[in-house]
Amino acid sequence: MSHDAHTATPTPHKPVHKPVVHGAAAGETGKLMSGSEMLLECLAREGVDVFFGYPGGVTIPFYDALVDHHIRHVLVRHEENACFAAEGYSKATGKVGVCCATSGPGATNLVTGLVDAMMDSIPIVAITGQVHSKLIGSDAFQEADTFGITRPATKHNFMVKTVAELPQIIHEAFYIAASGRPGPVLVDIPKDVFQAKGHYTPVDTIHLPGYKVFTEGHTGQIRRAAQLVLEAERPLVYAGGGIVLGNASAELTEFVEASEAPTVCTLMGLGGLSSKHPNFISMPGMHGSYAANMAMTDCDLLIALGTRFDDRVTGQLQTFARGARVIHVDIDPAEVGKNRNPDIPIVGDVKRVLQKLTKVLLELKPEFGPVKDAARTAWRKQVRGWMDEHPYDRLHDDHVIRPQHLMDEIDRLSNGQAIVCSDVGQHQMWAAQLIGFNEPRLWINSGGLGSMGFGVPSAMGAQMARPDKLVFAICGDGGFQMSIPELATIASQGLPVKIICMNNGYLGMVRQWQTLFYNNRLSAVTLDSFPDAEKLANAYGFNGRTIDKPWQLTDALMTAIKDPGPYLLNVMVSPMENVYPMVPAGASIFEMVLGEKKPQLVGA
Amino acid sequence: MLQTISILLENKPGAMMRVTGVLSARGYNIETLTVAKTIDPELSRMTITVAVEDRLRGQVVKQMNKLINVLQATDLTDAPGVIREMVLLRVRCAQESRTAVLKEAEIFHARVVDSSIEGFALEATGLPEKLDEFIDVMGSYGEIEISRSGSVAMSLETKKLRLQPPVPMAVPQATTY
Ligand SMILES: Cc1ncc(C[n+]2csc(CCOP(=O)(O)OP(=O)(O)O)c2C)c(N)n1
Ligand SMILES: [Mg+2]
Repeated sequence: MSHDAHTATPTPHKPVHKPVVHGAAAGETGKLMSGSEMLLECLAREGVDVFFGYPGGVTIPFYDALVDHHIRHVLVRHEENACFAAEGYSKATGKVGVCCATSGPGATNLVTGLVDAMMDSIPIVAITGQVHSKLIGSDAFQEADTFGITRPATKHNFMVKTVAELPQIIHEAFYIAASGRPGPVLVDIPKDVFQAKGHYTPVDTIHLPGYKVFTEGHTGQIRRAAQLVLEAERPLVYAGGGIVLGNASAELTEFVEASEAPTVCTLMGLGGLSSKHPNFISMPGMHGSYAANMAMTDCDLLIALGTRFDDRVTGQLQTFARGARVIHVDIDPAEVGKNRNPDIPIVGDVKRVLQKLTKVLLELKPEFGPVKDAARTAWRKQVRGWMDEHPYDRLHDDHVIRPQHLMDEIDRLSNGQAIVCSDVGQHQMWAAQLIGFNEPRLWINSGGLGSMGFGVPSAMGAQMARPDKLVFAICGDGGFQMSIPELATIASQGLPVKIICMNNGYLGMVRQWQTLFYNNRLSAVTLDSFPDAEKLANAYGFNGRTIDKPWQLTDALMTAIKDPGPYLLNVMVSPMENVYPMVPAGASIFEMVLGEKKPQLVGA
Repeated sequence: MLQTISILLENKPGAMMRVTGVLSARGYNIETLTVAKTIDPELSRMTITVAVEDRLRGQVVKQMNKLINVLQATDLTDAPGVIREMVLLRVRCAQESRTAVLKEAEIFHARVVDSSIEGFALEATGLPEKLDEFIDVMGSYGEIEISRSGSVAMSLETKKLRLQPPVPMAVPQATTY
């Protein structure tokens, strides 16, 4: 058989999926550069100005190329914090956060951060080094199956095999991280790929045939949703982190005003609607306000926007918003109907959907006329009544600093404008309850995974992204001690982060559960031997102070804020406070415990 | 109840692990799994049967479709389709029951792939439930050993394959080198 005849053999079926071949592989000539240089080039094209990382054996070639590049690298003191910092950076800006670690222990140290970003849908690109491709599978020094380990920890992950495919993969990683429901994407790069030379040709298209992103929302469904909104007597907007991630805050505000619906914002959605907006109630859920949870329970239409009916929000599902019809808008089809079957499912980008929904709503409004006005007025009065009946506890004490007093004071000084990065625990819940946010991207916390140690590094990333902003890192004494290594990073970068350690001497949230549900048998929750905060801060070259009297609070916070550098303020608070309201795990959200049991007369 | 899912996926490293990972992470137990390349060698066709509560079936398919390497996942449980499985079975049987075994094999349209004084090796295809019966029957003649392929399924409806077209990269910026 001649060679020609062989190549001319027709293929019986046309493959549906042609690999896109670029650059050197396509035989084009591009600039000759190393894999490391290509990676930097791709990062620059993606608009990366800073990334967070920690080097090691296999990434040395990459760090070598970095010496000659303008992209800024921040050397963190633990890889987990590289990812947390990238999350803080991303949350503060909406851009993709980038972090980098070496093979083996470097990569495994990233994992908590990746899962955290996965749970809260934060766009992250993580670069990890891998051992030389010839050594893969040989249990080489610092080899770990990063690709396998991070598969369930990422939205998608890649293992680069050749330098030719590197640029395409990097841009695909950014595209996947940022589009649709955002999330972390990891790219594992063997040492020899960093070192290999190849012809670099810029990538201009992304082709991922199996990656479907639904943005527009079904027009008919949107119209039906608008009708439901107009028919509702007791509508409630339930806005989630998707509003913030989808940059849909303005659209949410317009919709809330057009529909005149009271609104709750979830822990991840705080700031999506300004806390000062007259329609804003508060956060709902396990530690949400009485009014928010009662409104969730009694509404006749629940308009869920960019949110996922998390168990911490809904409590017992069977009794959650029992009488309500549900409109659910989300970009992830798998979230719609996962926990609650909506009457009107709308899969789409919440920003686009809200634009259309508000438009249709305003068009249809004249037809519906003032029929529901009386019911709507009664509903608003009802919600207002609940808010007045059981507001959050902000009470101050004359002798001790209550945690609520601390958050109340930060709220007053911030006036809805500061960036607040929180760690995980009681302090997080009090901060979420009591501190207001005028806009999105000011409240940064670990919601889905609840990773202690998130507060300080995320504040680093946020401050790096927004040098103009006052940034608080609010931590518990437990979580703070998980982040102490990063004090060096903060000092070295001169980041004027204000670390507020709410020191109750306990792993407070766990202690609260032991108190309430385990007969106050406290087990492994006492945090003694806390370091001297002033000395600790001084040891890193910045200022710090410990206070324990209510009358010191305002001055101490002002001193911290006015200090041009980083500041560590350790605030000793009353140790045995519990966060209320509280919906016990598994209970219905209307079954809130509103506060401590009042002392009762024996036998009465 | 057993759900049958047919999945068209890119033949890329780790692609299969992603599919099985989604199932195990959500606590579903895989009953059978078959996979092989399609006409297009870049793509594989996978059939999975998995024990899932009825109300969660949609959720499972949605989770599959979210995977970037999955081009299409379809629930074939109630859809018009064919499901077949193959079994290779070795039966040891006494001399006097050899004819009966062969008769029985014929009823199930099984083929003899090996014959020895100890017995036979047989190959049968059919609906998984039919194979259960076949195996039971053969078991009554003597000691058996089996290897089942797991279900392979095909939809009898032509469902349009919707693929994402290429998108231009949004951020070409000034190069720095
Ligand atoms: C990495 C990690 N380990 C354990 C937990 C469980 N946990 C949740 S809150 C909490 C207590 C946090 O204590 P602290 O940082 O002092 O904050 P507080 O609750 O006292 O405000 C613990 C241990 C967690 N969320 N994250
Ligand atoms: Mg504490």
